[in-house]
Amino acid sequence: MKIPISVQINGRQYDREVEPRLLLVHFIRDTLRLTGTKVGCDTSQCGSCTVLLDGVSAKSCTCLAVQADGASITTIEGLAGTDGLHQIQESFWNKHGLQCGFCTPGMIMASQELLRCNSDPSDEEIRHGLEGNLCRCTGYQNIVRAVRDAAGSMEGGSQ
Amino acid sequence: MYAPEFQYYRAASVAEAAELLSKNPDAKILAGGHSLIPVLKLRLAAPSALIDIGRIEVLRGIECSSGTIRIGALTTHAELAASAELRARAQALAEAAGMIGDPAVRNRGTIGGNVAHADPASDLPQVLSCLGAEFLITGPQGERRLGASEFFEGLMSTALGEDEILTAIELPEAGAGEGSAYAKFAHPASRYAVIGAAAKVAANNGTCTAASVVLGGLCPAPVRAEAVERALVGRSLTDEAIGSASRATAESLDDDEVLGDVYASAGYRKAVAPVWVRRAVTAAASRSG
Ligand SMILES: Cc1cc2nc3c(=O)[nH]c(=O)nc-3n(C[C@H](O)[C@H](O)[C@H](O)COP(=O)(O)OP(=O)(O)OC[C@H]3O[C@@H](n4cnc5c(N)ncnc54)[C@H](O)[C@@H]3O)c2cc1C
Ligand code: FES
Ligand code: FES
Repeated sequence: MKIPISVQINGRQYDREVEPRLLLVHFIRDTLRLTGTKVGCDTSQCGSCTVLLDGVSAKSCTCLAVQADGASITTIEGLAGTDGLHQIQESFWNKHGLQCGFCTPGMIMASQELLRCNSDPSDEEIRHGLEGNLCRCTGYQNIVRAVRDAAGSMEGGSQ
Repeated sequence: MYAPEFQYYRAASVAEAAELLSKNPDAKILAGGHSLIPVLKLRLAAPSALIDIGRIEVLRGIECSSGTIRIGALTTHAELAASAELRARAQALAEAAGMIGDPAVRNRGTIGGNVAHADPASDLPQVLSCLGAEFLITGPQGERRLGASEFFEGLMSTALGEDEILTAIELPEAGAGEGSAYAKFAHPASRYAVIGAAAKVAANNGTCTAASVVLGGLCPAPVRAEAVERALVGRSLTDEAIGSASRATAESLDDDEVLGDVYASAGYRKAVAPVWVRRAVTAAASRSG
């Protein structure tokens, strides 16, 4: 039996009927075609499916779409404004925080969470804050640099 | 991966959840879903229905009154870790919650789901056992309250009946001169506990007056390190005394019970367990009187 849900994603309202077993990540990618959010491991390990669910990071492969009924969600598509990239995106670009880019949407959403909780993290805090996100390309050095750069640029400014 | 099909019910109150459970004998409670959803995706379970308790607000939050801390079953690991009250009055619990998985896991996973799942590689069962927690349970027969040694029965098994709901956990606040701590040997990939040692120490002028030391990660259910506790009480809490007491850890570990896997064999876990006990007791002692 399908269940009606109503979710706000990146400021836009979506009303759909879903099967209870539909994962939030498949709702976002397959039902709504917002394919910026990735599925890496599908087992809650890699973080490539990370979105902000009511303002805090969540692995959308480990959440049912029905659990998100009534929630407000931000995906990578919702970060950039009309005036260009979000500062974290800008910093990942400038500091070469990505190679193939598959982990990047999740890394950026997790970085958003990290900087929300700690606006001036040390390198070690950045590494711990991104513990749930795996990257098979960069070796993480440039990801840490990118987050540090974003923290510096965002200080005092709006997120 | 797709879970098998199930009916989905969202309960608005504990009473409604209890009623749904009794009407759907094969149903499971859904809290944060961070153990249950992976289990369903791997098709290790196929309940006919899920009863989502995630919106029952009375099950959420931390309250301290007259020496007792009451934690709603739906309180997330992130909320436990960020709680100033727990940091002051149940340090080991806040510390352990902050070491669970990663930030996104801590935002969704709940204390109730963690203990109801009773994974031996979890962190909270040993901490709650160490701190003397009690488990408040609601079911068709009414309410009951169990101590940790009755609640945790073994590998992924607890005293919770299929038709029962864990509503809250209560624990005593740290008293004068008491301190607690958690030391975790985390699996480098999964971050689950290979060994987790929880310690609570009461001291008077540096002399230990009471000790509680419980290990998890390496046994099916939390194990009290009684020999370590005995060796600590009455002693001055010096590094040497804590080190020598910790060496008694193995006396409480039953060889047939110690778990092993490709990452850490049973023998290896048993050999390094005293190190994690020593670290937990040392940190707890530094917070005691
Ligand atoms: C990537 C990853 C890493 C993790 N790392 C760690 C770690 O390092 N340490 C650790 O301790 N844990 C870890 N976990 C597990 C995590 O703590 C889970 O959140 C927790 O074990 C389950 O809580 P939940 O709220 O998600 O429960 P759910 O998954 O919703 O439920 C789990 C089980 O408990 C039952 N249940 C839930 N709530 C109740 C209730 N109130 N009454 C009765 N039954 C109930 C459910 O029916 C189900 O059987 C990790 C999980 C993931 C995905
Ligand atoms: S796809 Fe969700 S954590 Fe890897
Ligand atoms: S850039 Fe390729 S996985 Fe991270």
